[in-house]
Amino acid sequence: MYSLSLHFFYPWIYLKKRIFTFCTIETGQFFSSGHTNNWAVLVCTSRFWFNYRHVANTLSVYRSVKRLGIPDSHIVLMLADDMACNYRNPKPATVFSHKNMELNVYGDDVEVDYRGYEVTVENFLRVLTGRLPPSTPRSKRLLSDDRSNILIYLTGHGGNGFLKFQDSEEISNMELADAFEQMWQKRRYNELLFIIDTCQGASMYERFYSPNLMALASSQVGEDSLSHQPDLAIGVHLMDKYTFYLLEFLEEVHPASQANMNDLFKVCPQSQCVSTPGHRTDLFQRNPGSVLITDFFGSVRKVEITKDTINLTSSVKPPIQSIAEHHVLQFVADVSSQNPKQKDWHPPDGFILGLWTLILLVFFQTYGIKHLKHIF
Amino acid sequence: WSLCIISTPLIHWTSRSKQSAPARDQFQEELVIRPLHSGDIYASFQFRTLWDIDFLQERQKVSHYRLFPKSLGQVLSKFSVRELHISFTQGFWRTMQWGQPFIPSPPGAELWVWFHDTVSDVDGNWKELTNVLSGIFCASLNFIDLTNTVQPSASFKPLGLGNATDHRFLRYATLPREIVCTENLTPWKKLLPCGSKAGLSVLLKSEKLFHSSFHSQAVHIRPVCQDEQCTSKAWELRQTLNVVFDLYTSSQGKKEWSLFKMFSRTLTEACPLATSSKIYVDITDNPELNPVTPLLSQAVVLGDRRTYSVFDLTRAETFGQLCSLNLLLRWKGDSDMLRPLLHAERYVAGFGLQTGEIHTVIYNNHPYRAFPVLLMDSVPWYLQLYIHTLTVTSKSRDNKPSYIHYQPAKDRHRPHLLEMLIQLPPHSMTEVTVQFERALLKWTEYTPDPNHGFYVGSSVVSALVPSMVAMNTNFTQDQPLFSSFVPVKEESSYFVRVYTEPLLVNLPTPDFSMPYNVICLTCTVVAVGYGSFYNLLTRTFQVDEPSLPLEKRLANLIRRIRGVPLLA
Repeated sequence: MYSLSLHFFYPWIYLKKRIFTFCTIETGQFFSSGHTNNWAVLVCTSRFWFNYRHVANTLSVYRSVKRLGIPDSHIVLMLADDMACNYRNPKPATVFSHKNMELNVYGDDVEVDYRGYEVTVENFLRVLTGRLPPSTPRSKRLLSDDRSNILIYLTGHGGNGFLKFQDSEEISNMELADAFEQMWQKRRYNELLFIIDTCQGASMYERFYSPNLMALASSQVGEDSLSHQPDLAIGVHLMDKYTFYLLEFLEEVHPASQANMNDLFKVCPQSQCVSTPGHRTDLFQRNPGSVLITDFFGSVRKVEITKDTINLTSSVKPPIQSIAEHHVLQFVADVSSQNPKQKDWHPPDGFILGLWTLILLVFFQTYGIKHLKHIF
Repeated sequence: WSLCIISTPLIHWTSRSKQSAPARDQFQEELVIRPLHSGDIYASFQFRTLWDIDFLQERQKVSHYRLFPKSLGQVLSKFSVRELHISFTQGFWRTMQWGQPFIPSPPGAELWVWFHDTVSDVDGNWKELTNVLSGIFCASLNFIDLTNTVQPSASFKPLGLGNATDHRFLRYATLPREIVCTENLTPWKKLLPCGSKAGLSVLLKSEKLFHSSFHSQAVHIRPVCQDEQCTSKAWELRQTLNVVFDLYTSSQGKKEWSLFKMFSRTLTEACPLATSSKIYVDITDNPELNPVTPLLSQAVVLGDRRTYSVFDLTRAETFGQLCSLNLLLRWKGDSDMLRPLLHAERYVAGFGLQTGEIHTVIYNNHPYRAFPVLLMDSVPWYLQLYIHTLTVTSKSRDNKPSYIHYQPAKDRHRPHLLEMLIQLPPHSMTEVTVQFERALLKWTEYTPDPNHGFYVGSSVVSALVPSMVAMNTNFTQDQPLFSSFVPVKEESSYFVRVYTEPLLVNLPTPDFSMPYNVICLTCTVVAVGYGSFYNLLTRTFQVDEPSLPLEKRLANLIRRIRGVPLLA
């Protein structure tokens, strides 16, 4: 990465540093994603038996994320109601994702961190920002650092600009954007992937303004996300369409797969989903085509196997930096820590125009046009 | 089959090599299967780890954990806990149909803890302990706070060692609404030394365990004596799991049960870390058991002498030729069940959303003996009890309790606590009634589903019930675990704790859409009514000139700029 920036800005240094850049290309590819650990926050916000599908949505993402390597200690799972051991469930301790009860996404090894009445807007925001009471156990905390890639998945009932929690409170898109900004300022994430499966889900990511955020939603503003199929034995709809096809896509992914985000954007086109899934990548620094699915959904550790013994006792001298390289590195550091570029310039708003017109009219009304010649 | 022969000598070899070092901790596992008269079957697992160490000693910091789980050990030493009992139960134990359970538990979650008397801030320790346990067991135990914690003065005496019985160091709380599911079983299984990989714990599959009439898992930690003279102390951790499988949902109406039918697994080996691994099948009523075993054992438990067939899993012959053990049990079951001597029920009487009455009914089914029972009731503050209406009647005569401890509730701070020692006459029904009034909660205090109702925790009835059969007071190391849970102090009686049903009461619920409706209505009234009125009063009316054609309008515009009088 540094080598490419050098090439772009200072071509005369490029030739001089060719020997160094050859090594940095390899290490650059090695650490191209920039993250060292993965976290996932999976939230289902709906209560009551007829919202079975939201719990099934969350559990299917949980299942994929666990299968691809993220351990339970790095997953914060929040389920607003219990469907598996609900008295209406004809098959207790199971949550199915497909009719004919093919896939039990609840499984035998599940750890739910926040359940029932604990899933509130306040607890969700506290988990994200890390402002929890001191006696909160570790399994309920998001202990991410500035090298963590976080996957956040929300599902439930939503509307234009809000998501409903447990039929009694709401979180707005501005609160969510502010929470992510707090996370960025406290360096609680390296990159964040936000997926939401609700009606009008795209409205929830409209207000994001922090860097390194990528967002996916199951429907645009004004559209409803639809549920997939009911099961006649259980009596309710089992999954939502978007997450159903997302699960189908993720079942093909294995820890070594090279599938990237562009494949994820193609999941569930309008012909299958009826609603139009949307995505937002303008705040993300990297090209989505170079981002692997396992960067967010899995916990793939980069391992370099070497057959040479490394002597750790001798002190390693840091390479001597030339002044030019130092300036370049400083410049690159400044660029990467800057806020993202401002939005494109728009002509002034109607309010400002109207205000100035009013001021001008009052001025001409009081003084009259004919007095202007005395001024000029 | 040949692998079976090779693997078992290896197990013996490894266990023998471990025995050469002084064993400071040992692990025993046990399963008791008891056919019930209604056709259901009752399975009770007990996993016990005994560790010869003192957590509460200041000088000796424990750092090496082998069989005892580290998460619980750290909790005990950090919060200076002397005894910890936590249980998660789904379903209600039906005493009249199933008899007495080995380990009783109320529906929901129950936690009671005795702290060491060196603790200065018991409430602070209690709050942090509940939070830590909620993380360990994936349960919402953080909802336990001072509004549902009580300090019983006479019930819940320590089950382990300990002279100090100052009830200021005891805390008891129950969450009747708590749901128990696989996410509670998963961390519970992880505390076992063998996990869920070997021994009896391979049978613990959630899809079968939760498809039952009753499921209860518990963790009990207490200090015990190692021998009769109590020269050395040890810490005992018991993990118990009681489950009752229903005749109709699990067995299609046939009184034929097998391990495979109950748990969808069979046993292939004992846990290699266990010193003893046994299955006891209750054959007192002569059911048909297959495979037959010559080992028999008799035990007096819950006032009854029962005969058990013992299967020792540490011996290779138990598994037979197929290298797996699947017990088959069949019985006709028309014989009489021993009627449980103590039984309790509770219900809410009354109508409407203002007042009500709690009735607790306790039955003494002993034909000629009377005995005292201790009734403990913990009622949340929003049901305001009127203790002057408390009546205790037995056989339609007033029965005055010999000991009453009542702590009134404080709104939003403390629940009611009522403890009474009542003498039950033989073969009688005693009814305890108290009237209450429902309080109005603040609108933020309601749960997201307030129309479901609010739960009141179970009442606890504890008693020393006279036994028809002499109980065994001798202390032996080979005692089966199910008979050694409660220490037996005297021969003629045994300790029984009965939990009643939890209550579900409706509180008057406000209309949560009211603020929105009021705002809409008020704004409409203001805009339409007052707005029109204001306009009528303040608006002036002018005659409107007909509009001029375009050239005249432009000329007027230029005249206005010039400051010259306008056209018509």
